[in-house]
Amino acid sequence: MLDDLSQHILDIAENSVAAGASRVDVLLAEEDDRGFRVLEIRDNGRGMDAEMVRRVTDPFVTSRTTRRVGLGIPFLKQAAELAGGSFSIESVPGSGTCLRAAFRAGWIDCPPLGDLPATVVTLFAGYPDIRWVFRFSCGERSFEVDQKEILEIVEDPELMRTPPVASWLRDFVREGLEEMRTGGEVRAQSNES
Amino acid sequence: MPKVTSLEDLRRIKEQASDLTSARSKGKVRVIVGMGTCGIAAGAREVMQAVLAELDKRGLKDVSVETTGCIGMCQQEPLLDIIRPGEPRITYGNLSAADVPRIVAEHLVNGNVVEEKVIGRAD
Repeated sequence: MLDDLSQHILDIAENSVAAGASRVDVLLAEEDDRGFRVLEIRDNGRGMDAEMVRRVTDPFVTSRTTRRVGLGIPFLKQAAELAGGSFSIESVPGSGTCLRAAFRAGWIDCPPLGDLPATVVTLFAGYPDIRWVFRFSCGERSFEVDQKEILEIVEDPELMRTPPVASWLRDFVREGLEEMRTGGEVRAQSNES
Repeated sequence: MPKVTSLEDLRRIKEQASDLTSARSKGKVRVIVGMGTCGIAAGAREVMQAVLAELDKRGLKDVSVETTGCIGMCQQEPLLDIIRPGEPRITYGNLSAADVPRIVAEHLVNGNVVEEKVIGRAD
């Protein structure tokens, strides 16, 4: 089992990389208006046929010859089901895969968010040529990190692998998430001071 | 408090990062962290963060930090490979973030392999 959602994101995203995706969108709603924590990962990789989709959610059917399939997806499915949520995968061969997991936000088995900045940094540095788009939301507020926006500044994707850029990205995401969660109040205080 | 870290900062950091990779076509050291499901569950991401933090602290030049998927040694995760130019590829296993500063100092900087953590080597 993986400990938290940030680890699941990292793990599932590796599947998108293995599927040859050039763009991966990760949406994470910490709690939506129906009381669910929702994770959606959408890629433009090579996709899977219906038989493959059925197989990837079942750890006991997985065969060793299908290297992109392992325990990652069954782990996430199990985590969603344990937390009173749901899990689905839609995939179209040749155009991509969308995976969605929902958890009841208030349940004791709802996985914690974990270290989201570390996951973003690991994916940007690990696969600097992929366009990663992370959109986090909390109620009405959201925060987005788009690899394209960062690449426009650093220009060379290889710089994503360098410690100064990785360190900047970690702070950028951490502060963006904090601002998203505490948003209005923090801003109001700073205006007064 | 206003946001401290901005895209403007990144423009400045970019110059610094470019200096660090000035001669990266040759003489570059590669650090590769296994990031399959097995590695992630065992703490590979924390190892990778520790590598980035240690390199940042030391301001080391010409090091690239990469990730790879499961290589079939799941029981020994987290795994970290170091490839110095012209030397064998060294694989370290059963690591924790606490092992990273020593491996960076002894192997990456000084060229002395930390034998007790080595689980494999390949030319």
